[in-house]
Amino acid sequence: MLKALGYFVELLRGIWITTRHFVVNMWFHTLNLFGIKTKRKGAVTIQYPEQKKDLAARHRSLHRLMKREDGKPRCVACMLCVTVCPSECIVIEATEDPDPEIQKYPSTFVIDLNRCCFCGFCVEACPEDAIRMDTAKIDLAQTSHDALIFGLDKLLK
Amino acid sequence: MTDLGIVLIKIVLALVWFLVITLYLTWAERKESAVLQDRIGANRAKIFGLRLFGLFQPFADAIKMIFKEDFVPAFSRKFLHTLAPFLSFFFVAITISAIPFGDDIRVAGKTISLQIFDADIGLLFVLAMLSLGIYGIILSGWASNNRFALLGSVRGAAQLISYEVALGLSLVGLIMVYPSLRLSEIVRAQGGLLFGFLPAWGVFLQPVGFVLFLFAAMAETKRVPFDLPEGESEIIGFFAEYGGLKWGMFMMTDFMEILIVSTLLTTLFFGGWQVPGLAEGGFHFPWGGTWHLAPWLVAVFQVAAFNIKVFFFCWFQILIRWTYPRLRYDQLMDLGWKWLVPLGLLNILGTAIVMSL
Repeated sequence: MLKALGYFVELLRGIWITTRHFVVNMWFHTLNLFGIKTKRKGAVTIQYPEQKKDLAARHRSLHRLMKREDGKPRCVACMLCVTVCPSECIVIEATEDPDPEIQKYPSTFVIDLNRCCFCGFCVEACPEDAIRMDTAKIDLAQTSHDALIFGLDKLLK
Repeated sequence: MTDLGIVLIKIVLALVWFLVITLYLTWAERKESAVLQDRIGANRAKIFGLRLFGLFQPFADAIKMIFKEDFVPAFSRKFLHTLAPFLSFFFVAITISAIPFGDDIRVAGKTISLQIFDADIGLLFVLAMLSLGIYGIILSGWASNNRFALLGSVRGAAQLISYEVALGLSLVGLIMVYPSLRLSEIVRAQGGLLFGFLPAWGVFLQPVGFVLFLFAAMAETKRVPFDLPEGESEIIGFFAEYGGLKWGMFMMTDFMEILIVSTLLTTLFFGGWQVPGLAEGGFHFPWGGTWHLAPWLVAVFQVAAFNIKVFFFCWFQILIRWTYPRLRYDQLMDLGWKWLVPLGLLNILGTAIVMSL
């Protein structure tokens, strides 16, 4: 009998919690509907495509290659990123650069985003600060695998 | 001829009211659950860029379900498989005919009751039709020819029959207080005042009966916390082999049951269309004043009061559905047979003692 009473009390407590949530959230929803700004919102939802959450400062998003002043890639084709890449998604073909200070530049630089796991090791490995992952692009979905293979033209943009 | 026309109009209006509110209960369920879980809920369906809090969502759902493949498994009993959702749907939909929406109105010298079928066995009729809904469940499980579906339907039948007993017993005390089974009569009897200030509603005359009826009726709607017949995600339920619009009809049946339970709670325990103080001629305040109202305005007030009460109970049932976890099967049977039935019997005894004093 006492146990049943305990259950009944818990039932009432449960419905009190949900009712409280409902009333409080409806109150803020109604205030916001009538244009009254409140610090608290009725829901924690972020309406994604229209409303985006700020990315963290260290967030790793789509890669980009940095350029020198003359517009050429900063990359010297040292292959460190290729070596460190755990997904083996970077392919670089090195070519001789006329400038003896630079020696090499990548004639092709391909990142296969189908394989990339966005670990950011390539950024950490790069001695020239030639590759960065700070474009803040995170909606990368494509309808074909080919569209996800990024070459020099896309990475330098 | 005009009588027939009036009845037809009443049937159409009642069905439209019933189905439109059922449709929007699906929206209400999504939105209410979202609000009480700090979410927003379905708000993407739009027409011409107009979103309106997702009010078009039921239509989007309906279009989706209509255009889904009407799949009938090769191993099922085809005729019964198709019949089951219609049976389920029909026996719930027909109960609306016995519900009084308002007091009699007089139009052009005719007295029209806002009720399709004012039978002297109205209450029994509603309970009987709700019980017949079990056939839809049993048939769907049996005709699906699927073990899980059959188990679900057997669970459902056991649950519904158990709670049918508690449901009936919880109402006996009420029938003793308002000695009538005619629903319009029961509502009229709730018009007076108790001790001079309380409205003579069933909930004040039969508080225990109200709680028992609430539990039993919630179990009859077979939704969470009593959703053992369905249990979509964990224990596969009786409509496992249904898809598209037939599945939609089972779902609609659930929501119609919420609505019917709400109308029954309103009619039996919360005075139906009665507004405290509102009688023929306008509001009569307890301190003696009167606010005169035209007869049509009184009728509008009464129907509005009925609707508001019904909406409140729909809201309340959805709140319960999103608060409690599912009962285990033995807990379900314990609640039905060891608590609701004995308490119902005690309630009858208590009512009888109080009435004979």
